[in-house]
Amino acid sequence: MSLKIDDKKRLLREMLFSRRFEERCYEAYVERKIGGFLHLYPGQEACAHGVLEAARPGFDYVITSYRDHVHALKCGADPKAVMAELFAKETGICKGRGGSMHIFDVDKHFMGGYALVGGPFPLAAGIAKALQLQKREEIAVCFLGDAANNQGTFHESLNMAALWNLPVLYVCENNLYGIGTRIDRSTAVVDQYKRVSGYGIAAEQIDGQDVEAVYAAAVKAVKHVRSGKGPFFLELMTYRYRGHSMSDSNAYREKAEERRWSKRDPIIMLRDRLIEAGKLTREDYKALDDEILEEIENEIIKFAEESPEPDVAELEKYVFAENDPWVNGGPANG
Amino acid sequence: MAEIMFWEAVRRAHDEEMTNDPNVICMGEDIGVVGGTYKATKGLYDKYGPERVIDTPISENSYTGLGIGASFLGVRPIIEIMSVNFAWLALDQIANSAAKVRYMSGGQLVAPVVVRSPGGTAHQLGAQHSARMEKVFMGVAGLRVVTPSTPKQAYGMLKSAVRCEDPVFINEHELMYNMKGEVPDEEYFHPLEGSETVREGRDVTLFGYNISVHWCLQAAEQLSQKHGIEAEVIDLYSLSPLDRQGITKSVSKTHRAVVVEEAEPIVGVGAEVMAIINEECFFELDAPPMRVSAVHVPIPYNHTMEKAAIPNAKDVVAAVLKMFGK
Repeated sequence: MSLKIDDKKRLLREMLFSRRFEERCYEAYVERKIGGFLHLYPGQEACAHGVLEAARPGFDYVITSYRDHVHALKCGADPKAVMAELFAKETGICKGRGGSMHIFDVDKHFMGGYALVGGPFPLAAGIAKALQLQKREEIAVCFLGDAANNQGTFHESLNMAALWNLPVLYVCENNLYGIGTRIDRSTAVVDQYKRVSGYGIAAEQIDGQDVEAVYAAAVKAVKHVRSGKGPFFLELMTYRYRGHSMSDSNAYREKAEERRWSKRDPIIMLRDRLIEAGKLTREDYKALDDEILEEIENEIIKFAEESPEPDVAELEKYVFAENDPWVNGGPANG
Repeated sequence: MAEIMFWEAVRRAHDEEMTNDPNVICMGEDIGVVGGTYKATKGLYDKYGPERVIDTPISENSYTGLGIGASFLGVRPIIEIMSVNFAWLALDQIANSAAKVRYMSGGQLVAPVVVRSPGGTAHQLGAQHSARMEKVFMGVAGLRVVTPSTPKQAYGMLKSAVRCEDPVFINEHELMYNMKGEVPDEEYFHPLEGSETVREGRDVTLFGYNISVHWCLQAAEQLSQKHGIEAEVIDLYSLSPLDRQGITKSVSKTHRAVVVEEAEPIVGVGAEVMAIINEECFFELDAPPMRVSAVHVPIPYNHTMEKAAIPNAKDVVAAVLKMFGK
């Protein structure tokens, strides 16, 4: 299955938007508008966009790690609310309580970013268990990095997902590094898709820089999971352009390696294909980029900057449910 | 009002809640075909089937996480961890996922799971099967911790916990599953907050929870009969949040307090209750509050040493007599 021209052009816009959004986050962090830890996505755009193009964003349930902004956006989260969250504002998607690593948009079925490496493996299996129990059509899609596969939760969760035939697609965005440790220095078997064979799970390794290849593989994977054949594991070979987080100097990577990967930029590759096919001009692309930059600056950043901070008087809100009658032994005792 | 065993009360709560709501499931090691190590889910596998009564692999952190993930979509899992000693492994998912999602999502996502698990020192189970972990769970914001001392509480608390929107940890005790007690014939929901005065007294308050409530009651009886000291016994069935008001009210009445816990004293229930007393009603005190706690050691295998490590009713009596200078 391949994408139509209009879809490719929309994908190009979405991926470029993701790139510019993240780059603007970088600037805002340097300006100290964003605090805490910030893990950026440039270089890996084809992964979230390619896979979720094949799934149904806003319908299927998506969960991921702390590198989560772009997955949330692709699910339909309002970029203004995501940026306001990074700016720690009350208008943020989690009312300024979550931050970069914990973006949630439950209405859009984006079930969150989690900051314990490997934590979402069982949560995704649980979402899939609920979908199976409730006989629903949605599937669970779990995006995590290669380094998460060295956690016990990877093995424990894949075992249960296979054992109970759960409708979950595990996507491994293999960017070759767990913070600063290269995969061959941390992992005995470097090809991650091979590691799931012990659980009898269908798996494939795909070029994660080519959004069309990711999409094609994901269509098959999603079909497999949605048709009741159980979990699927998709390994996408990719690369992040920046360090693991803003506090990472990125000194551990060879410049030659970085140059090699930058030549296979997912956005430029798609752009050039559209230009070669005569469906886009360089001017079109420049206009698109300008339009995105303007939207980010004049609407998204403006909204985040002008929004109010949360009220400290509400510090203890959201710890427990409010007025839950069962705490007092039910409505009869209320 | 029928007298039934503790395990039967837990089992009945499971059964009623599973009949009431098809989204209620239970999961854990050996809970299905075998019916549970302490029979808390006996017969439910045959009644509700393997989709809802799930025998899990021995993967405590991930099956707990799986239950939490299912709860995001309205499933109400009752997760049994065979022994709290194994709950250390599940602490990541309980503390980092279940307890925090409501807060960090700004109220969007909730994890209404129940995790129940027996702790405590039983009979020569050794250091790695004798832990008391309530102090660990009490320190986690966003998690409710309750601990039943009777079959009635065990039944009613599990039913309330299943329906509550918050994650609830129910701390049971390995030695208490065969304890008998009266449970209402009609449906009953026990509060998840507060405390209960199980014996009125004027001279000293004995604070207990779970198994130590029974030591307190035995001690109170002896103190009354042999020493003329009338002890009030408060059952702190909710460990998080602790009932500040109930603690203050009783100490303001008796002016003396002894906290009795099966766990080690370090950063424990006793320490917390004494801090509350200091903060709320220090000037009501006629004597410094005391703790009766376990010795701070890994629990030994040797039976005599094991008994020496854990307090009992005699220790409670001795502490009260010391407080009264007798």
